[in-house]
Amino acid sequence: MSGDNRDILKVEGLKAYYQMNYFGVEREVRAVDDITMSVRRNEVYGIAGESSSGKTSFIKVLAAATRPPLRVVAGSAKYAFQSGPIDVAHAGPAEVERVRWKHLSYIMQGSMSVLNPVRRIGRTFRDFAARPLGLSGAAFEKRVVDHLGRLKLPPEVLKAYPHELSGGMRQRVTIGLATVCHPEFIIADEPTTALDVVVQKEVLSLIREIQQQMGSSVVLVTHDMSVHANMADRVGIIYAGRLVEEGPTRQMFFAPKHPYTAHLVASLPRIGDVTQRPALEGRPPNLAEPPQGCRFHPRCPLAVDKCRTEVPPLIEVAPNQRSACWRWQDVKPLVGAGAPAGVTA
Amino acid sequence: MSALLEVGNVSKRFTMGGLLGRKTVDAVRDASFTLHTENPEIFTIIGESGSGKTTLARMILGLEDVSEGEILFHGKRVGRRMSRAERLAFMSHVQPVFQNPFEAFNPLKKIERYLSSTARRFLGTHDRAEIERAMDAALQKVGLSLQEVQGRFPHEMSGGQLQRCAIARALIPNPPLLIADEPVSMVDASLRMSIVNLLKDLRDDFGVSVIYITHDLATAYYISDRLIIMQRGQIVEMGDARTVLDNPEHPYSRLLKASVLSTDDAGDGKLATDPAMVERAGAMVGHPGRLVARRDGRSVRVYEGV
Repeated sequence: MSGDNRDILKVEGLKAYYQMNYFGVEREVRAVDDITMSVRRNEVYGIAGESSSGKTSFIKVLAAATRPPLRVVAGSAKYAFQSGPIDVAHAGPAEVERVRWKHLSYIMQGSMSVLNPVRRIGRTFRDFAARPLGLSGAAFEKRVVDHLGRLKLPPEVLKAYPHELSGGMRQRVTIGLATVCHPEFIIADEPTTALDVVVQKEVLSLIREIQQQMGSSVVLVTHDMSVHANMADRVGIIYAGRLVEEGPTRQMFFAPKHPYTAHLVASLPRIGDVTQRPALEGRPPNLAEPPQGCRFHPRCPLAVDKCRTEVPPLIEVAPNQRSACWRWQDVKPLVGAGAPAGVTA
Repeated sequence: MSALLEVGNVSKRFTMGGLLGRKTVDAVRDASFTLHTENPEIFTIIGESGSGKTTLARMILGLEDVSEGEILFHGKRVGRRMSRAERLAFMSHVQPVFQNPFEAFNPLKKIERYLSSTARRFLGTHDRAEIERAMDAALQKVGLSLQEVQGRFPHEMSGGQLQRCAIARALIPNPPLLIADEPVSMVDASLRMSIVNLLKDLRDDFGVSVIYITHDLATAYYISDRLIIMQRGQIVEMGDARTVLDNPEHPYSRLLKASVLSTDDAGDGKLATDPAMVERAGAMVGHPGRLVARRDGRSVRVYEGV
């Protein structure tokens, strides 16, 4: 791993478990199990994974929103902000307060339930941003209106209640809330899942635009691979609490080196193509008792005995591409996508 | 050919507000199409939120009365004013599958209970063996078995499996028509294809027609035979799925197709939608226009003087 100062976030050996104790019975859910990765400055890093794969727990740690029963057991998540470094896995509330919204920001899922329904948008903006920005009155108002203009929202939305806005506008408002302080690092959790295609594309291009204008880094979490294809510079795939593959988007789509990635990519239907698409059978593993060895082996078409007993390490299989699979050399793209020139196969 | 479902010039108007400032909203305007008994097909209704696709489905299910026009199922009128016996008979032929499987099941009750109460109702029997046989047969159709499901609660299954159970429940009375309202939008991408493939198998192997409501053009292209595209309550284009989606003609259909995120140029970061396209599609809203048949079998709404 390159440890130069291009990295804004470095996660090392991060383990975060849900530890519960009901009536004397201890239960441990290993939602994040030994994840090591880094995010560079000015990059969109996509995290993909199905529900209950631990991706939300992972970004909770990244967003410094770890609350019991979720606890960081080992490892670190270090940010190198302009104001100084911070390890959010172990930071106290006061330290987190200093970076929250100003440096580290969060676009939440489900804009309807995020915005307070009985407050006008302007009031929500004031609650959120007035303190980190250190502005008040007309200066604050102007800053917010300017920022809304950038998101192509009229200033009137500040006087509106959330239910008076359409779904796309509400999502733009939440993006506005998250970016009004010009953060260096933005975490976007399923920002477009509830939106339909036309609005989805608008919202995504807006996130991309804002990111490029401000030069911030974005971690984009969604299970929809087609969003990653169009948004992310690099993609990491999380399966059952572990990072199983990571690499530049193009390589991940045209030359995946993990069977799970190959499946995710192959299961996307395309207009103009009616060949039978394979569906992945089985269900995601229960993280309270994950399978031995490679956690994907019960559903994996390539599984051999070694996969059932030994955990594969995340190793570099191609330039900048890492995969945790014993048989990565045998992984072939499942549908003939016709890799364009310039992609290392 | 005899008609399974006839939707004839159906409109739905909702009234909002009280005595003062009363407004009407046309959720569906003048929609017509027919499904036939002989060739089971997957008929897709595409549109963004607010295009009236769910209202149309609710009217077909008899949960909402039509404002104008009529919906006939096997020649009988569908609506909220059916008697109990009529409704039961109707429901044994038309069954819904809903969007979110986690909300469709009662979290405190075992899954089989949901299935067995449907079986008891529609098969009109209290014989346990017979009910179990019907449940198992329906579960087999969706690639599960009663053994796997018995004794389990909804939270013990994945979203994809639950959605399959919901489809199995709908299949218990052996209906010739399923109405699936966004059945895959809440299901994980990796499990999505198993549901979509299942709908396809139901059509091919069991002769079930499916009205598939979605905003996802890619899966629509993948499974459907015919489709209609709705914009603000109006059908703007209808016809054979492949013909329409390969080369959409109406500006709104084009916009929808252009908005589909393609994976062909993965990693290039191309996202911008042509604003002229959005404008052109938006300019059509509110004009009545009329559907004109084209030579390749599709119908497109054209507008005079726009």
